Amino acid sequence: MPDQPTAVDAVVVGAGPAGSAAALELARAGRTVVLLERGPFPGAKNVYGGVVYGRVLDDVLPRWWDEVPVQRWVTRRATMLMTPAQALTVDFRAGAWGSPPYNGMTTYRADFDSWLAGKAVEAGARLVTSTVATGLLRDAAGRITGVRTDRPDGDIAAQVVIACDGVNSFLAKEAGLLPRTSPGHTTLGVKETLALPREVIDERFGLTGRHGLDIEMLGCTMGIPGGGFLYTSLDTVSVGVVVSLTGLAEAKRRPEELVAGLKAHPAIAPYLRGAELKEYSAHLIPEGGYRAIPKLAIDGMLVAGDAAAMCLVAGLWLEGVNFAIGAGLAAGRTAAEAIAAGDTSAHGLAGYRRRLTDCFVLADHKRLRNAADVMVSDRMLRQYPGFACDIAEQLFTVINPHPKPHLSRELLRAARRNKVRWHTLARDGWQAMRAFS
Amino acid sequence: MATVEFRVSERAHITVDSQVCRSCTTKECVYACPAGLFVPTTDGGILFNYEQCFECGTCYQVCNSEGAITWTYPDGGEGVVYRHG
Repeated sequence: MPDQPTAVDAVVVGAGPAGSAAALELARAGRTVVLLERGPFPGAKNVYGGVVYGRVLDDVLPRWWDEVPVQRWVTRRATMLMTPAQALTVDFRAGAWGSPPYNGMTTYRADFDSWLAGKAVEAGARLVTSTVATGLLRDAAGRITGVRTDRPDGDIAAQVVIACDGVNSFLAKEAGLLPRTSPGHTTLGVKETLALPREVIDERFGLTGRHGLDIEMLGCTMGIPGGGFLYTSLDTVSVGVVVSLTGLAEAKRRPEELVAGLKAHPAIAPYLRGAELKEYSAHLIPEGGYRAIPKLAIDGMLVAGDAAAMCLVAGLWLEGVNFAIGAGLAAGRTAAEAIAAGDTSAHGLAGYRRRLTDCFVLADHKRLRNAADVMVSDRMLRQYPGFACDIAEQLFTVINPHPKPHLSRELLRAARRNKVRWHTLARDGWQAMRAFS
Repeated sequence: MATVEFRVSERAHITVDSQVCRSCTTKECVYACPAGLFVPTTDGGILFNYEQCFECGTCYQVCNSEGAITWTYPDGGEGVVYRHG
């Protein structure tokens, strides 16, 4: 039998954005906290899809933008509707997004996650890398009292465990909070990061200085529910797809095939000419939204970030890192208060959910709980991109000596070609309005 | 996959029960795994390697036969190391 396990006030599992935020708040409150990370450094296992929104840090790390390891500040954001040979783009630029307090940034997770974990360490948290939390410790009453790790004599006793162990969260599963699998609520993101000289990126994407671009795409996933993305770092461009797991399995398409198809698309290929592959990566995304968010507090444990299915996937908005940070901060504050009050039962930790409801984390999830259904409907993926592209093509194709066609006739023709029915289009439009209102 | 660093563990963090796979007609893991780690064998089983796993979890999520694929994290410090993720 090992000696008495290491005892701390709190153990946070996973040094991603949620875990580091939680550890930061606990350490600032004067609590002893161990922050476990299974990778050799924070971020080693993490992948994101293009933009980190940093304003959640305003109160916690004032002027975070002066030191965050940013690649580029996103000042150009485009949404692209695609068919195999067409692309219709809404391209928005905002100069204000290029100066403090900024809006979104591109970054490398190895850099960003290590930076945020460093903030927790500066505040007094103990970061332990290359260590897997393999299970939960419980007392006779079933209350969670710490974690077991894969280190020799690696049990850590704690008054509160904060599970920030990501989308596959084995701790949340062991605690019975998440189902073993949920393929219907999970998507797969695959991404290639490609090197190009900084000047070439600036020229091809019309960027200057530290400004960057993010493109989100619909209709580029061979009919599988999902979408594509492209974003710029200083001297790399990342391009990838996010697809439904069940859709992927049914379509019998390989994920690499989808990325290769997107890279070869006539609207994308010229951007990537001559680029050299630096890294291929893959990660799951919990896209279940509000209804998939599990119970967040049980006796001795809180769950935050992807482990609690907190990615916001609502068509116009695709956000995860900021939600993880917001939840981590709330979990850390709640845990610190509960420890101080001597009650770390589910009741003592109930303030966590209240905090999340009072801030954007659960407020946005609740308000947009129907948006994902509307945005990833079969019609939105298979019919509407083609419909929109065909209207544009028919309107802008000059067919002299014939006169210009009538708009109404062209609309009908595009609808027929793409099997769009007017009443379903109207209903989808109405539902989208309601889902986003 | 030569573009990603893998710190290969001695211990396989994926195990496959080929007995179960033989009765599986769909073999979703073969298509969905982004690393292409699962290969069907002529006798209906599954051949796999764990060394170049991205640790995403797709295989066990899409597997429709509970118990066929057992997936855990590799030991601490081992497995995939992303630099640009």
